[in-house]
Amino acid sequence: MRLNESIVISAPPKLVWDYLAEPANYLHFMSGVTRWEVEGDRRSGLGARYRMLIRVGSAEVGGLIEVVEWNPERDMAWSSVLGVDQRGRWRLRRLPDGRTRVELRFAYGVAGSGIPGWIAELFAAPQLGGHLRRSLQQLKRQIEHEQLRAEAAARRHERAAAT
Amino acid sequence: MAHERDPDGERARNQPRHPWGGGAGGSEQTIFERAKRNGGGADGALRGRLGPIGGVGGGLARAGGEFVRSGSRFAGALAQAGQHAAADAAGRAAREVSERLTADLDDRDPDHLREQLPLLWLLASFWFRGEVRNLGNIPEEGPVLMVGNHSGGNMTPDTFIFTLAFSTYFGVERAFHQLAHNLVMASPFARLLRSGGTVAASPENARTALESGAALLVYPGGDWEVHRPTRDRNKVDFAGRKGFIRLALDADVPIVPVVAIGGQETALFLSRGAWLAQLLGVDRLLRLKVLPISLAVPWGLNVGDFLGHVPLPAKITVEVLQPIDVREQFGSNPDLNEVYDYVTRVMQETLDTLAAERRFPVIG
Repeated sequence: MRLNESIVISAPPKLVWDYLAEPANYLHFMSGVTRWEVEGDRRSGLGARYRMLIRVGSAEVGGLIEVVEWNPERDMAWSSVLGVDQRGRWRLRRLPDGRTRVELRFAYGVAGSGIPGWIAELFAAPQLGGHLRRSLQQLKRQIEHEQLRAEAAARRHERAAAT
Repeated sequence: MAHERDPDGERARNQPRHPWGGGAGGSEQTIFERAKRNGGGADGALRGRLGPIGGVGGGLARAGGEFVRSGSRFAGALAQAGQHAAADAAGRAAREVSERLTADLDDRDPDHLREQLPLLWLLASFWFRGEVRNLGNIPEEGPVLMVGNHSGGNMTPDTFIFTLAFSTYFGVERAFHQLAHNLVMASPFARLLRSGGTVAASPENARTALESGAALLVYPGGDWEVHRPTRDRNKVDFAGRKGFIRLALDADVPIVPVVAIGGQETALFLSRGAWLAQLLGVDRLLRLKVLPISLAVPWGLNVGDFLGHVPLPAKITVEVLQPIDVREQFGSNPDLNEVYDYVTRVMQETLDTLAAERRFPVIG
């Protein structure tokens, strides 16, 4: 099953990318995520590994994931190493007005689980889709808030310099 | 299952038969001895169960002898065939049961378990609305003894929900075993359970599992607690069994209490039926101290619950408590009674809290 959600954030891709590249932020904006821990020496970048869990129905599902694609300010993709099979992707694209379109793709399943697996994927989709939508809304809120704070700080700095 | 060649049986078949059927007593002895030989390492209870099977075979042989005495050679051959078939069936059953009761931790199959997780998830999420709290209290690695209160009759939905939660939280790669009654391990579902890490309940199996570094879930209350009447659904009742404390001390592992509520609302459990078990002698034959009487779907009045039942969709909540290091908390030579009282008290307090959260039976 593959889910796809997107949102437009009033901030440049660099700001969005910097926020997404920091693993400590995930517990703040990812809805349903109960665990997001760095596993190993590499904190971010290609090959970085995280142990993550997301609550779906009666279980916290997830496992060990690894970043398999790292294209700054454009694409970050991960794939599962252990646990439930999953692939995900952050896709950032600059819009003509300077804003950023953020797309979150998430594919999941359990290979070999047959018809129950297929039914479980269907039943999990609405809840997971809701998690993805809320995650993007929280990401937008956090980054735009950061953007406003940064702009306000810049204005204060300008005023202070002028006086 | 491969059927081993039986040279003694073959020799017996090749021996010249007495024209009058060979004697009923001799036939019965042969069947019983063959059954015992085929039973191999089966325990006493198992051998006890083989007795009636041998008797049935002997009865068949006696019946065959009557026919032969009346001059029918065909009936004699039929009696011989019945004798061999009964003996072979008894031997096969004995071997199979014996194998199922032997703990082989390698029977746990993480891939198979992973493939079963979606089905477990569907049942746990939509039928039982399962909720497992504080899994983070279980140590991240190393052996650990999880001690739970047992509910739900032979269907034990809380065990499946906890197994799902444990396997998704820590990953199916982490070794996790559960102890189950011999009767469960002798059931047709045993193969499925063993691939999920279930082994027959015995101190040896428990020790083996912990020594291998696995997480182990035990239910000290066993069949006594799991079949308690529904009116006692919110009581922790280990029946004074303290073996789990000795196990934790011997293996030097922490005890993590796991408290579940809702399982005893999946049917209307009326009585443990201890008196009935005693009356019918199954307490000696099958190690069953209880023969539960309940009202359950689809049977209505359900005695024994041997065929299981369709559990009502009761909301199941499971809470994992803080680990207890017995030696650290109670000294190097702890009093078992004191530890037992402490563990059951903290579990009962949690169960009372969980019970207070529930507004309606079954719905939760």
